[in-house]
Amino acid sequence: MASNEEILAGLAEIVNEETGLAPEAVELDKSFTDDLDIDSISMMTIVVNAEEKFGVRIPDEEVKNLKTVGDAVSFIAGAQA
Amino acid sequence: MARKVVITGLGATTPIGGDVPTMWKNALKGVSGAHTLTEEWVAKYELPVHFAAHVTTPASEVLTRVEAKRLDPSSQFAVIAAREAWKDSGLEDIDNDRFAVAFATGIGGVWTLLDAWDTLREKGPRRVLPMTVPMLMPNGAAAAVSLDLGARAGAHTPVSACASGTEALHQGLELIRSGKADVVMAGGAEAAIHPLPIAAFSSMQALSRRNDDPEHASRPYDISRDGFVMGEGAGALVLEAEEHALARGARIYGELAGTSVTADAYHITAPDPEGLGATRALKAALFDARAQLEDVVHVNAHATSTPVGDRPEYTALRATFGDHVDNLAVSATKSQTGHLLGASGAVEAVMTVLAIYERQAPVTINLENQDPEIPLDVVTGKPRILPAGDIVALSNSFGFGGHNAVVVVRNH
Repeated sequence: MASNEEILAGLAEIVNEETGLAPEAVELDKSFTDDLDIDSISMMTIVVNAEEKFGVRIPDEEVKNLKTVGDAVSFIAGAQA
Repeated sequence: MARKVVITGLGATTPIGGDVPTMWKNALKGVSGAHTLTEEWVAKYELPVHFAAHVTTPASEVLTRVEAKRLDPSSQFAVIAAREAWKDSGLEDIDNDRFAVAFATGIGGVWTLLDAWDTLREKGPRRVLPMTVPMLMPNGAAAAVSLDLGARAGAHTPVSACASGTEALHQGLELIRSGKADVVMAGGAEAAIHPLPIAAFSSMQALSRRNDDPEHASRPYDISRDGFVMGEGAGALVLEAEEHALARGARIYGELAGTSVTADAYHITAPDPEGLGATRALKAALFDARAQLEDVVHVNAHATSTPVGDRPEYTALRATFGDHVDNLAVSATKSQTGHLLGASGAVEAVMTVLAIYERQAPVTINLENQDPEIPLDVVTGKPRILPAGDIVALSNSFGFGGHNAVVVVRNH
């Protein structure tokens, strides 16, 4: 079980790998689309990489609800529980 | 009077150099880009061919990690070559709505397609990357170049196997002559040194099997030639309406004076032994360029080093030029680069343009015993100095499917 901090750090790593954004730019209140400029194709890649990293399943219909980095951290934490 | 089209920028990434200056220096010296493959898949699949000609500068050394991961290797090469050509042209602020792309490939995103197939089988559909489609599509390279440089007057992808790169220049010329664009980034890209294309080309007996001596395997016109050597890379040329180039005081390498494309309608892979389609292409391109036969001094030949391919090109040259064929300085640069398939025409066009601009024809290596049935004046040993005054050079490309494409370059 990863802590929220660990999930955030892991997500930041995945986002950096996909987009080149600095990991420290990936903060809980940041919107994936508006703040981080991540398009839907990159978002799907990030989702699939997060599934593998954290051993969870993020259904496609759930992805549209993950507007901010915090939404994703909460969802992953909940799915791991 | 049709608009004249000139060449103002050159770019390339090839097995004999990762940029145009390096490639050209090596092309004049005569080096081989072929080497033994060290990949584990050669032994794993028991491939009958153990060598190829990779680019000298891996794309990962030029592009950022994030740029590279969204592009198939063929599109990576395209972007690298197009950026060099763009920078070389000195173009900056242009009307992007009048700027087109004609970027060819023979095979397209074969690495992406087959990697995705492996992923599907090993990890399931969820792990197939969402970028798979834009990476594997054959227009991926043209689209990537258009996106990178902001070209909005259409991004075109001529596909005609090994004639593709030359056909891209044909298309680029037409786009400018017809008034649809003022500037075209024309070129070709290929990245097919993957076990499946090697197995497939090998099964049709197209590849050399000189496994113990890769550097001497690509030997166009030599009596002991036994097939081509798989290469990879990209070539790019900035084509520009003459008045557009003159207005900005651009450095002009030469005029893209004429082009042509014909089809053999003879056999799906074998060249017409009489070279009739190639002859029609040569004559049509020279007519298109309004070129006099005696002005032609240099030919960058298709000459892939296959037993059946090299001879019909000579037949076509003889049929087109008559006795003047003996005065042509012929360079078979695939002896150095290997065969870049859909990129070959673009890379060879870059060399043809430089041959005109610098008035030296690059060398052909590995020609030890010339096939007596191909009595061309082949440039070997050292570069051939081309004459002063008005001169014309040709580059030929022929592709599976019976595609013939010719470009004609004139000094400016």
